[in-house]
Amino acid sequence: MNFQLSDLYAISAEIFLLCGVSVILLLDLFLSETRRNVTYFLSLFVLVVTSVISLLVFDFEPRVVMNGLVVSGPLSATLKSILCGLIAIGLIYSKDYLQCRGLHRGEYYSLTLFAALGMMVMASSNHFLSLYLGLELLSLSLYAMVALRRDSGRSSEAAIKYFVLGAIASGMLLYGMSMIYGATGNLNIEAIVSSINSGNSDLNLLRLGLVFIIVGVGFKLGAVPFHMWIPDVYQGSPTSVTLLIGTAPKIAAFAFIIRLLAESLGHPSLHQEWSQMLTVLAVASLLIGNVVAIAQTNFKRMLAYSTIAHMGFLLLGFLTGSMNGYSASLFYILTYVFMALAGFGVILLLSKDGFEAEELSDLGGLSRSNPWSAFLLMIVMFSMAGIPPTVGFWSKLFIIQSVIEFESVWLAVVAVMTSLIGAFYYLRVVKIMYFDSNESSTTRIRYRAGLVVFSINGLMLLGMGLFPGWLLLLCQSLIQDSVRVF
Amino acid sequence: MSTNIIGSLSLIVWLPIFFGIVVLTIGQDGREHLVRWVSLVGSILGALVLVPVWTQFDQTKTEFQFVESIPWIDTFNINYHLGIDGLSLILILLNVVTTILVVIAGWEVITKRVSQYYASFLILSGIINGVFCSLDAMLFYVFFEATLIPMFLIIGIWGGPNRVYAAIKFFLYTLAGSLLTLVALIYLYRLSAGSFSIADFYLLPIPQSAQLLIFIALFAAFAVKIPMWPVHTWLPDAHVEAPTGGSVVLAAVMLKLGGYGFLRLSLPIVPDAARELAPLVIALSLIAIVYIGFVALIQRDMKKLIAYSSISHMGFVTLGIFIFNAEGMQGAIIQMVSHGFISAALFLCVGVLYDRIHSRQIADYGGVVNSMPKFAALFLVFAMANAGLPGTSGFVGEFFVIMGAMSNNFWFAFAAAMTLILGAAYTLWMYKRVVFGQVTSDRIADLKDVNAREFSMLLVLAFVVIGVGLYPKPFTDVIGTSVTTILELSSVSKY
Repeated sequence: MNFQLSDLYAISAEIFLLCGVSVILLLDLFLSETRRNVTYFLSLFVLVVTSVISLLVFDFEPRVVMNGLVVSGPLSATLKSILCGLIAIGLIYSKDYLQCRGLHRGEYYSLTLFAALGMMVMASSNHFLSLYLGLELLSLSLYAMVALRRDSGRSSEAAIKYFVLGAIASGMLLYGMSMIYGATGNLNIEAIVSSINSGNSDLNLLRLGLVFIIVGVGFKLGAVPFHMWIPDVYQGSPTSVTLLIGTAPKIAAFAFIIRLLAESLGHPSLHQEWSQMLTVLAVASLLIGNVVAIAQTNFKRMLAYSTIAHMGFLLLGFLTGSMNGYSASLFYILTYVFMALAGFGVILLLSKDGFEAEELSDLGGLSRSNPWSAFLLMIVMFSMAGIPPTVGFWSKLFIIQSVIEFESVWLAVVAVMTSLIGAFYYLRVVKIMYFDSNESSTTRIRYRAGLVVFSINGLMLLGMGLFPGWLLLLCQSLIQDSVRVF
Repeated sequence: MSTNIIGSLSLIVWLPIFFGIVVLTIGQDGREHLVRWVSLVGSILGALVLVPVWTQFDQTKTEFQFVESIPWIDTFNINYHLGIDGLSLILILLNVVTTILVVIAGWEVITKRVSQYYASFLILSGIINGVFCSLDAMLFYVFFEATLIPMFLIIGIWGGPNRVYAAIKFFLYTLAGSLLTLVALIYLYRLSAGSFSIADFYLLPIPQSAQLLIFIALFAAFAVKIPMWPVHTWLPDAHVEAPTGGSVVLAAVMLKLGGYGFLRLSLPIVPDAARELAPLVIALSLIAIVYIGFVALIQRDMKKLIAYSSISHMGFVTLGIFIFNAEGMQGAIIQMVSHGFISAALFLCVGVLYDRIHSRQIADYGGVVNSMPKFAALFLVFAMANAGLPGTSGFVGEFFVIMGAMSNNFWFAFAAAMTLILGAAYTLWMYKRVVFGQVTSDRIADLKDVNAREFSMLLVLAFVVIGVGLYPKPFTDVIGTSVTTILELSSVSKY
């Protein structure tokens, strides 16, 4: 595998993003405080162009480039494009919020772009090294962003927690990877697979490595029992950062699991092992996430626990180890990030100068002060709860379907019963918005651009719920074309 | 095979929903009057589009009619597949009539968030029509679940003091039942090697153990919905707290989704399990009929009393369905429709009183007849019908079911016939305490009799109730073929 100039073509999106962020970093130094909007619009521009480039340099057949570090194919291209789009939408949601809190600074935008770069590297990696580098670039940017609000104690606490636990998780992951390396003598995914298939590698060593990798993955996803950081970080971070953490990295994590578990360690004897481990993680996440969310009074914290439960659902699709399961998971994660985007987005929109609308009670009377936003948030909540005709129903349905195909009806029953528990706290949000007759604590949302994005986002959840066919078809063809089961 | 107009069922489903959205968008403050008229037009149009379907419906055909099928989610072979038989048709009729009544019932009463109120009811009406038309299991499920959202909002926003509790209880209770159904439907999809078509499920051989589990899963949804003893406890709460319109739709139509589910899914798909577990279901039905009848007797709240009476009457429906003979099933369906009209009427009557006195307690009333003679006369018709007086629609269904039960087992019929005594006792006793006797207070003495709006809606219902009671043939004719088909399907073993 020699380096060719055409290899650069496959990673042109990453290169453009890197150039863009470097320019923004430099340019921002010379901009006065009043012209900060230039940075903002430039970042949006870079993200949108990156998103478009990702789709343009599309390889229909997965192609390994850059000495086996990168794979370029439909799945990675689509994920990269969606990632950048999501982050751009997130920036639009956050602008007003950032301006009110003095976070509307160059660092914020360049860190966001670096995080995006990390995620893109993860999405298209074909090598444990690039996978890890992408993950670290993402994590380091996020650690800094969580701590960006220097005057807030809770922010700093969250940042320290995130950093320490994230570092431990990375360590676990590296340790696991080193064992895989020890067993197979390779870090390249294809080489690992052929080594496992040839039967020359020590299965016990692989299993041990697998355990550490699962722990690392569990940490990054926030699956129970490795979920402790999620609620604190979600609550402590500035909401715009929570929005970032809660959305795009989940897609990157999806790619991460696909590469690590499905592609590298997808050998039947290993699949049997990680499928069992994921079953435990998934069931525990579904139970703990949904039950503990009931007790929350803070909206961000509630959404954090709801994330944990959603990740449990995602893992259910994964553990089947089937193409249908993977595509159900892809469908799930793609729809989930848009629900989470809207959920955190509405907190950003409702927050005012010196007031974080992050308590559940802050939503009281929303249906009077902002009937349209309340309606949209209701769609988001029903979608998270999985009530038809919203898209959340279909994403849960497809997962359950793949689980039943996997011959574990009991898991399907656990899944639906825990979503019943989940329905309660989502309904409570609707109740607070619509039924509580106390005077509204919110004022009319003034931020136009945010409102437009929120409207599109909310209606999209309803529209995709009415016509989910195309997205599912897309997910299936992406998985079938790109996931290489060796 | 069909010369029917393609698309008429879609119209029945989507027209009310379309009007609901229109109402929502035009509904700014100060436009309440416009909203009301648009809703009325929408609900009447919704009924009018049923007319050609009703006239062109062929009562002799055993297969589904007016079939429409468009692929919806290709990958899982989920289709937008609509079609009706006599059972669906009669329930759709019930639903569209109820929708008009509800719009009229809320005319002057609802002053808070008018457009959202009417939009909820119109959208709910369309969704319920969708349940009755669906021939694809997933489409059925989507509509079935989607009914929860508008009803949840109706109870929660426009309900009484304890509305939040009632709304959430209603939602979670019914969701709990239907989630298991979802698992069962996906399991059936797997068994049938990739089809969600209900007609395919009918022909699918299913082993015994699977049949039992599927039956229980389906039963969980429909027993909660209809509701059967002992999973009925959400209903009294929901009824008491819901606004008048909400109670009407809940009692008249939404409970029927449970009965419809039994007839459309449970019996034909898992006939052996249904027969095997029939004694259990019959026992629960008889408990509902007798025990809940006694519970109704001691209620002090009029709405609660009618709610319990509904549960007791729904016991008749499940009894009629699970004794597996033509009389019983026909009786059950007639009972569903007749109960729809009677309970709607009774809730409207209570609504009329509540709008004036703002109390549902029986003890707060007495001697209403002196100030509201017209109302008292109409109320009496419905009270009698609820008690099952011959000549009213209430009698027809109960008579059929008791006859069917008699040919099955004398004691079933005996226990079921108890309701004729109990029903008369609780309904007429309530009527006596509310309408007759001394005028208890000045407020009662000052009551204004029903106005033209209330009078006309009650009068229409009175005509229907007596009409069906005297001449039920058009209804029994429509459902005759469906009953035979369902019985045939459920008499074949599928092992």
